[in-house]
Amino acid sequence: MKDKNAWNPYLAGALSGVVSISSIYFVGKYFGASTTFVRTTGMVEQLFSPERVAKMPYFIKELPVIDWQWMFVIGIAIGSFIAAIGSGDFRIQLIPNRWKSKFGDGRKKRSLIAFIGGTIAMFGARLADGCPSGHGLSGSLQLSVSGYIALICFFIGGLISANWLYKGGK
Amino acid sequence: MELLYGLITGVLFGFFLQRGHVLRYDKQIGALLLQDMTIIKFMLSHIAVAMIGVYFLYDLDLVQLSLKPTILGGVVIGALLFGLGWGLLGYCPGTSLGAVGEGRLDALWGIVGMLVGAGIYAEVFPYLKTTVLTWGDYGKITVPQVLGVNHWGVIIPLLICMFFFFRWLEKKGL
Repeated sequence: MKDKNAWNPYLAGALSGVVSISSIYFVGKYFGASTTFVRTTGMVEQLFSPERVAKMPYFIKELPVIDWQWMFVIGIAIGSFIAAIGSGDFRIQLIPNRWKSKFGDGRKKRSLIAFIGGTIAMFGARLADGCPSGHGLSGSLQLSVSGYIALICFFIGGLISANWLYKGGK
Repeated sequence: MELLYGLITGVLFGFFLQRGHVLRYDKQIGALLLQDMTIIKFMLSHIAVAMIGVYFLYDLDLVQLSLKPTILGGVVIGALLFGLGWGLLGYCPGTSLGAVGEGRLDALWGIVGMLVGAGIYAEVFPYLKTTVLTWGDYGKITVPQVLGVNHWGVIIPLLICMFFFFRWLEKKGL
């Protein structure tokens, strides 16, 4: 699969690995992303019922505060924006190409499936205690057993639903 | 200060994710349909480089590991569920933010869904904690520990496997 205007994925991945090493060396922080969603949800719920949030065990475990990882996740959006603008890749797109060629232009269906997918994915990531960043990258690079089990199960689940969506009848 | 480091690290990571075109829905689904292995190449290259660096620094006592416990019930069921959702959404938690940065706004729906998913999990956590999250708890274990070998005894064979896997991918044009 040749992809014009992209860097070689091995090079981009290797450089991101160097960023990972620096972060671990200088700050002792391993990459991760999904805990940030818990903290953000906690912050939103706090606006409505602070007493309730203060008593919920999961929000006591993962406090609704802005921490290193929260800033890291925001940084990903900014870094991607800079790279996309700089390379001419930036484009406002509401329906991905592959989706469009299979399901057409309708925004409702894409939004609904993305929403449902996101809900299931995050529930699963919290149960597994990590996502492709926390388990897949950080876990695997530390040779953690949980990282490799998670990585394999992420792909098994993804193979099932993506193939169901694209190979099955419309 | 720690927050600033987080932001800088995120910006750099987001930059390389975008330059590798790893953030795209088409790339993520492409991998799950076994048609385009860009994200696999990116992930494994990241793991290969960081694994060598981190264990090198670990041997010099300059870094500490931060392992997640291997609780089979949580990891297997949770990761399978994650995968099912990921195949529908086409972005993972980190890449969804990066996708928005590129202008791929369908990822916003995924982000809203993920916030809702986190909220549902927080509601049922007390119940899961005494059930699923107690099934098959092996604690914080690593592959070299389980095999009873030095970590380089795992890293070097793993790097050789990755090398041949990459060569095979390139030969197949994936």
